[in-house]
This record gives sequence, C-alpha cells and structure tokens, in this order.
Amino acid sequence: MLLISCPWCGEREETEFHYGGQAHVPYPADPFALSDAEWARYVFQRDNPKGPFAERWTHAAGCRRWFNVVRDTVTHEILATYRAGEPRPVIA
Amino acid sequence: MSRLPAGGRIDRTRPLTFTYDGVEYSGHGGDTLASALLANGVHAVTRSLKHGRPRGIVSAGVEEPNALVQVGAEPMLTATTVELYDGLDATGLRGKGRLEPVSGVNDKMYAHCDVLVVGAGPAGLAAALAAGRADARVVLMDEQSELGGSLLGTGELAEWVSTAAAELAALPEVRVLPRTTVFGYYDHNYLLAVERRTVHLGGGAPVRTSRQRLWHVRARQVVLATGAHERPLVFAGNDRPGIMLAGAARTYVNRYGVLPGQHAVVFTTNDSAYGAAIDLAAAGAAVTVVDARADTPGVWRRRCEERGIEVLAGQVVVGTSGAERVSRAHVAPVDGSGPRHGLVCDVLLVSGGWNPAVHLFSQSRGVLRYDEALATFAPGRSVQAQQVAGAVAGAFTLAGCLSGGADAGAEAARSAGFEPGAAAALPDVDDPPVTPPRPLWLVPAEEWDAHFVDLQRDVTVADVFRATCTGMRSVEHVKRYTTIGTAHDQGKTSGLNAIGVIARALGGSVGDYGTTTFRPPYTPVSFAALAGRERGRLHDPVRVTSIDPWHAAHGAIWENVGQWRRPRYYPAPGEDLETAVMRECAAAREGVAMMDASTLGKIDVQGPDAAEFLDRVYTNLMSSLAVGSCRYGLMCKVDGMLFDDGVAMRLAPDRFVTTTTTGNAAAVLEWLEEWLQTEWPDLRVHCTSVTEHWATVAVVGPGSRAVVGAVAPDLDVSNAAFPFMTWRDTTAAGVPARVARISFSGELAYEINVPSWYGLAVWEAVHARGAMPYGTETMHVLRAEKGYPIVGQDTDGTVTPQDLGMGWAVSKKKPDFLGKRSFSRPDTARTDRKQLVGLLPVDPAALLPEGAQLVGAPDSVAMLGHVTSSYRSAALGRTFALALLAGGRERIGETVHAPLGDRVIAATVTTSVLYDKEGTRRDG
Repeated sequence: MLLISCPWCGEREETEFHYGGQAHVPYPADPFALSDAEWARYVFQRDNPKGPFAERWTHAAGCRRWFNVVRDTVTHEILATYRAGEPRPVIA
Repeated sequence: MSRLPAGGRIDRTRPLTFTYDGVEYSGHGGDTLASALLANGVHAVTRSLKHGRPRGIVSAGVEEPNALVQVGAEPMLTATTVELYDGLDATGLRGKGRLEPVSGVNDKMYAHCDVLVVGAGPAGLAAALAAGRADARVVLMDEQSELGGSLLGTGELAEWVSTAAAELAALPEVRVLPRTTVFGYYDHNYLLAVERRTVHLGGGAPVRTSRQRLWHVRARQVVLATGAHERPLVFAGNDRPGIMLAGAARTYVNRYGVLPGQHAVVFTTNDSAYGAAIDLAAAGAAVTVVDARADTPGVWRRRCEERGIEVLAGQVVVGTSGAERVSRAHVAPVDGSGPRHGLVCDVLLVSGGWNPAVHLFSQSRGVLRYDEALATFAPGRSVQAQQVAGAVAGAFTLAGCLSGGADAGAEAARSAGFEPGAAAALPDVDDPPVTPPRPLWLVPAEEWDAHFVDLQRDVTVADVFRATCTGMRSVEHVKRYTTIGTAHDQGKTSGLNAIGVIARALGGSVGDYGTTTFRPPYTPVSFAALAGRERGRLHDPVRVTSIDPWHAAHGAIWENVGQWRRPRYYPAPGEDLETAVMRECAAAREGVAMMDASTLGKIDVQGPDAAEFLDRVYTNLMSSLAVGSCRYGLMCKVDGMLFDDGVAMRLAPDRFVTTTTTGNAAAVLEWLEEWLQTEWPDLRVHCTSVTEHWATVAVVGPGSRAVVGAVAPDLDVSNAAFPFMTWRDTTAAGVPARVARISFSGELAYEINVPSWYGLAVWEAVHARGAMPYGTETMHVLRAEKGYPIVGQDTDGTVTPQDLGMGWAVSKKKPDFLGKRSFSRPDTARTDRKQLVGLLPVDPAALLPEGAQLVGAPDSVAMLGHVTSSYRSAALGRTFALALLAGGRERIGETVHAPLGDRVIAATVTTSVLYDKEGTRRDG
C-alpha cells in the first residue's frame, strides 16, 4: 500500500485516496473547435509510461482535495506531490 | 523412545498428552507436534498426495513439505510449527484438509516504526540491538516461539540470546513480537504480519484474548534478517520417512532433546551438515558422513575422527531402502567409478546447501542475483528502504551474521534519522574455515521416477524432464505444468532444486533461468486472521435512516442499496412480495401512499457562481431556474454517457440543493469537486454533502394533497399556489420543513424534507392520516410504468440521454457542458444505438427476467439488446418491462423474443411510457 503525502494533510495511507488518472490533461478551451479524432484523444487516450508519471489523486476520505503526484510506475516511488494548478516539478 | 535424558529447551516438568491419528502420545512443554512425534519414534506422519507413499517429517520449521496436519477445526498446519499443548488432537493430511468454523476472535493492530527487524536470529538480534540502542523506535518480529532463530537449533550463544532479549525488553522504544510471522512486504515499506496470541495454548487459552492478530506495519527502514532454508538433495528414493534435513535433525537434538535416529547417515555437499553429524554423535548416534566432495574439510574431518565418525569422500547416496522408514542408504562414488554398497541407518540426513529466505526481499521487488559460489539466489539490489543481513544476505558464518546484523541495524537507524553510538561488543565466535560446497542438483541415475523434487506435490525429476521435453523453457511454465512449488509450502524446499534440474536438462547456468515469482503470503495465513472482527454485521457498515426503527417494527423486508438498508416492501399477514407490491402500487395510484426517501444523496451547492457551475455539469440549463423551483437534471461524463440524475432545488440566487441517486452520492460529490478544483478553480462555489442532515418522506397519490395539507396546515397546497416542480418552506407536524412537489411515480406527490431528528415524527404524522407505506419494489414498478429510468439499472455507462429518449433534458442553448461535444461523435450520433423502450409480453402473465437477451426472430442469435427492468403492474393489469434495444424507437410495434433456454418469451415493443402517457395525474 502506497504512503501518499497529501499536500494539505501530510502522509496518509493509500486507502484514504482515490485515483484520478493522468494529470495535466486540461479540458479543451473550445471542444467544438476540435475534430472528432482530436476530441476522442482528449476523452479516451492517456499516456501509460514506464517510469515517472504525473497523475491526479483525491484525498477522498480526508480533506477531499484533488492534487497531483509524480509516481514512478515501475518502482511506485512517489517523487513529488503538489497542489492542483501548480506546475509539474522538475524531477532530477 | 527417542527423547534424550537431558538437554534441549523443553520444559521437562510440564508433561503433555496429545493424540495423533487417534493414538495417544506424550510430550513436553516447548515441543512442537513434530518434535513430540519424533520423541515417540514416529517418523511417517502422512501419505503422499498422488502415489500414497509414506512420508515423514523433513524439517523443523515453516519449510516443511510433508507433515501437513489438521488440528481440531484447522487444516493445513505443519506439524513442525504447531506448538504442543495438553489435549492436542491432530490428524495427518494427505493433501488438503477441511476447514470448520473456528470459535474465537481475531483482531488487528496498526504500527508505525523507525526500524522493523524481521527475524530474531543472530543477525536480527544484533540489528535490533544496534537500532534500539540508537533510540530508534524498533519492532522486532520473529515467527518462532522464542528469540534466537538458528541458534536455537545449533545450541550456540544461548547466553548471549537471553542477554540480548533482556536488553531489548528493557529498551522503551523497542517492541519484541515472537510468534509473529511477517508474511507480506508491500509498497513503501508496508508489511503485514500475523501474531499467534493464543492458538498455541489450546483449550487453556484465555477467552478474552484474541487468537491471532494481524499487524499492519509501516516502517521507515526494514532490516530483513530472515535466515535461510536448507536444501534437500535429489536422489532415488529420497522421500522415505527418516530422510530429513541435516539442520533439522540438529535442531531436534539441541532444541527439543530428541535424537531422531540411532544410526545416522549424513549426505552432504557442504560443511554445514558436519555440525549435525557431530551433535548427533554426541547425543549417542552412530554416524557416517557421505560427502559428495572429494576434498572434504580438514577441521571437520578431524572432529569426526575424534567422535569415531567415518567420512566417505567423493561419494553420494544413489538409492535407499525401507518400507515405512529408511533402513539403508546405498552409497557409490559420485563419478561412477565404483560399486554401490549399503549403509544400515534409521535416519538419513541430507544437506544440499542453503537458500537465503529471499521471499520478503523479493516481494519488496528487490532484485535477486545468482551466487555461483553458494549455488543459490541471494538478494541483489534493494528497491525499498531496507537492509539485508545474515544468512538471507548470503552470510553463512556466525561472525558474519552478527557483524552484518549490527551494521544493518546501525545503518537502518541512521537512515531513519538516529545516530548510533559506538558499536557494542559482539560475542566472540570461532567459525571454522569454510570449504566450498559442491553444487549437486541431482544424483546421477538411469531412472528418474523416484528422484523427488517436490514432496508435497509428488513431483519427480521424470516429471520435470517431461515438461522440458514438451518444449518448455521457462521455470514459470515448468512450475505450472508440473505443479512444483504450488503447495502450501510454495516450493521452499523444492523451488531451487527444480531450477537446477531444468538447467541440467536444458544446459546453461541455474542463474540464467531465474526463479519463479515470490508472492505473499510467505506462509499460509487463515482467512479468519485476515478478516479479523470485520465479519457478519461488521463486514460492511449498514446505513439506516432516522425512520428505520419504524420500518423494522412494521415488518419491512429489507433491500440493501449501496450501504443503505431500505424497506423493499411491507408484507401484510399472508402476503408475498407480489401481492404486497400489488397492494402498495394500487394505494399509490388510487389513494395515498408514502415512502422513506431519506437515502437520496443531497449536495448543498453554494457560492456566487453556483448557477454557472451547475450549468456546466448538468445537461440542463440550471441558471434559469427561479428561486422556489426545482428542475430534474442529468449529469454526463465527458464521453456523453449518463452518470447520474437528480433534482436541483434553487434556494437562493447563490444556493442550490441537488439530489443524487442513493448509491452514487459520494461519486457525484467527488466528480463535482474534481471539476471545481482541477478545471474551474476560478468558480466561487463550495459543495457539501447534506445527505444525512435531511429525512425525506415522499407522499404519493391522488389523496396526497389532503394528507400534506393536514400535516402542514400553514401550507397552501392548491395547484395554483404550489405547482409541480416547486418547493416551499413551511412547518410539518410542528417542525420546520421543506416540501417539494416532485414525483417519481407520475402521481400527484410531495416530498417532505425535515432535519433527520424529526424524520420519524413526520413519518408517523403522515402515516396517521392514512397513507400506506411502500418500499423500493413498489417505487420501481411505479417509476417503470412511467418509463423513468434508474441510473445503474436501465443504464450501464454506455447510454446517452438521447438513448433514453430524454433529449428534452439536454440544453440546446448552452454553448457547452460536460458531455455535449461527445453527443456529435459519429458513434454517439448513430441512430441504431440501443434505446430505452417498453416491452409488453404477448402473454400478459409472462414475466421477462431482468437481464434477458433479446433477439428478433425466435431462432435468431443476433442480440438486439436486453431487458433492464421487468415487473407485474397493478395499473396495467399485466406484466411489462423496460429494455435497451438496438434502434428501439424504430421497432415500436414489432415483436422481439427472449430465448430463455427452456422457453421463449415473445414481447411487443412499445414506448417506454406505459401509464398515463398524457401526464394527467401529476397535478391530482
């Protein structure tokens, strides 16, 4: 079970959180300016990298805040957690 | 009797009586079932799974492959780990046993520590001392009944162990847990362990103490000092009772005061078995050592000479004799250069080397490396914050275990932020020089069907060769084909030997093949221990409304909706579901009925931008809603598929209360927060769940106006003053109430909302005025007659509002809302999508099963859709159903068929609204 550091509450067990998929996939400014293929890419397609991955979590059983995590998908090491809206930190 | 007159760690003042397979024996406190059986001369304890061959005790620990027993209600225990108690009644198991209900409570503990040390042998004790002396918060867990690990079996450093135990007990930040097996190592140093608190006490166990305790541990640093398991040797007839691991025999002598045999042959490929030979000889056995190495270790050879032990160098055991117990070991030169000759024996001790117990290390996703010198896999790179020390790290000298443990403990403490002081002195030990082992994966032979690799699964070298001959190359494939390593012991004694045999068959180094995957649990854990107290009533929380006691007192039959307990129907005496629901439906359509609707999710949405926010998440236009009014709304995900529905009430320009479906309340709130926080943080809106703050009583039917008017005398209930889809604040049954004209049945209906505390009082006031209570089943029938879908029953995440015929609830005015763009995707815009329709079975008494597949012609196999809801209707006087049907609205008037195996039900497709299509009943 992961130990996740909520930017608002600190370290908590994974069971307090819900997963929210890839981070930094903004809702398109004008969905109707997109082709069907471009819209489908936004709706259905997400990256699935081997290694560091920026993803969203919500502290569902805690402060109910959504925030971002950079997690290594191979080792499950959490490289950073940061608040929604903040830029993805540079991981050395 | 094989019990030695003195020695061992057993309590000779505490005699115990036990039975095994119906025969009564005696033992002592401190015995295991296995040691007590051996003390009584019993070696053959079970029969093998496939071939029915007699099998004996092989080990003295958790790696035991043979001695599976059932003790009372609990099966699949190993005799080598069951502690003896008075009156213990065990039977040997050939394969699996039978689990009976076990009385007693199991519980859980959660622990956080700086350093978790797993294993209390020389390395673990040294590590715990080093970390504990640095003031780190240390937890030391060990699977055995007392501390010492391998030292208990060799008899070495007994004084140091007790001194260390005393010091650890005195350190305030150190917690020592014996009888506690760490069985799972998960991400971020999260480990699970099971502590046996009273299971070893039998009938004398204190009633108020839990039997087992499941420990959830989160550690900053972990020290793995899990030791090593001795490897058996693979030769013809290596499965007879009396053939046991050399280290195990040594443990029985030193720890339990049991001499497993009078005439011992020790067959080894390494130095460690010499210690067993010496200790057995000292205890009175006649011993011969058969060493596969031509170059035998000088120190040990001299010690053997002193004891009169003959050492046969460069020889191996090529076969055995004996029916129920080994009686002879047949020995021949390893290079085949000479004839075989028989050695009379009643025990044959074997040692093929030692395998580090890498299970937890590997579970933690540490990388294994193959050590050519040790001929085994040992820990390589760690992935988590951990240290590895002692035999598991490949240190097979006592001095190496002690110093490695001390270093690991100090390093763990340092990494956790504690500065260790000067290293304390470790006991002086005198390890003899080590002569390299000779890896021997299988003893040469002509036939391979008596060379056992996995004793529990009865798998031989012949079976492995059969697998490799079919073309299998991967150890994972051979494992699954032969079942090697799939028994209760998960291959602790067989796994590496199997890889050695595969390498022999296919060529190459053992290291090239790698191991199979180590998965939790390390040793079997009972489901009862995992469940703890979370059984029965405590398995899942049950949520009840404030009106629940009334439902219970009035004989409600329950239905669980999510975690909510709701009345399904209220049978009158002699009624079944069908007759009760017919009566309840008739009351709602013809008189007045009432339902507890408190379980609906309710979210208070507040802020200057609340209306704008709701416009973005609902398909409907909510910003145009007047204060005092309500509007039904749909929510879609961005893929355009329906996610939830409910009613929004506008309380003020900047405040709404929205309802959600009962089961989806938490998911909807999370969805709203997701958009508010991640996409629209500029919107000034706050959402709060108020589900449990309100009790809701639905009053339904032509008679509802009179009842509500009587309960809420200040309220003008006329249609003009209080029209459909509006709400009013008033007083009901003397308490502040918010009454809304909302209908989920098509009838004139009201929902009276009061603070939960008053729910029961208002319910009783409504009931006193003649409303008949109804449950969820009647609610379902009433809404289905009107074609109102239930999200999650008539939809499944692939259904759009348009599919449901609810395009009227999708705004054309709003430039965008969640899901809108997807409505024009080619797939979503198809006209032959599955659409919600009504079905009227041609036989009006035939009830379609929900979930039934629908086809066109009766003999067709092309599936057109499925039945989502199906009921008997009092109002229609017949059965009916709702279905999702491909191009359904185009098929109205056609006949479809539900093939049900033994019969086919034909049904006519109709619109989804079957009752009061004109909506004349809504206003009473």
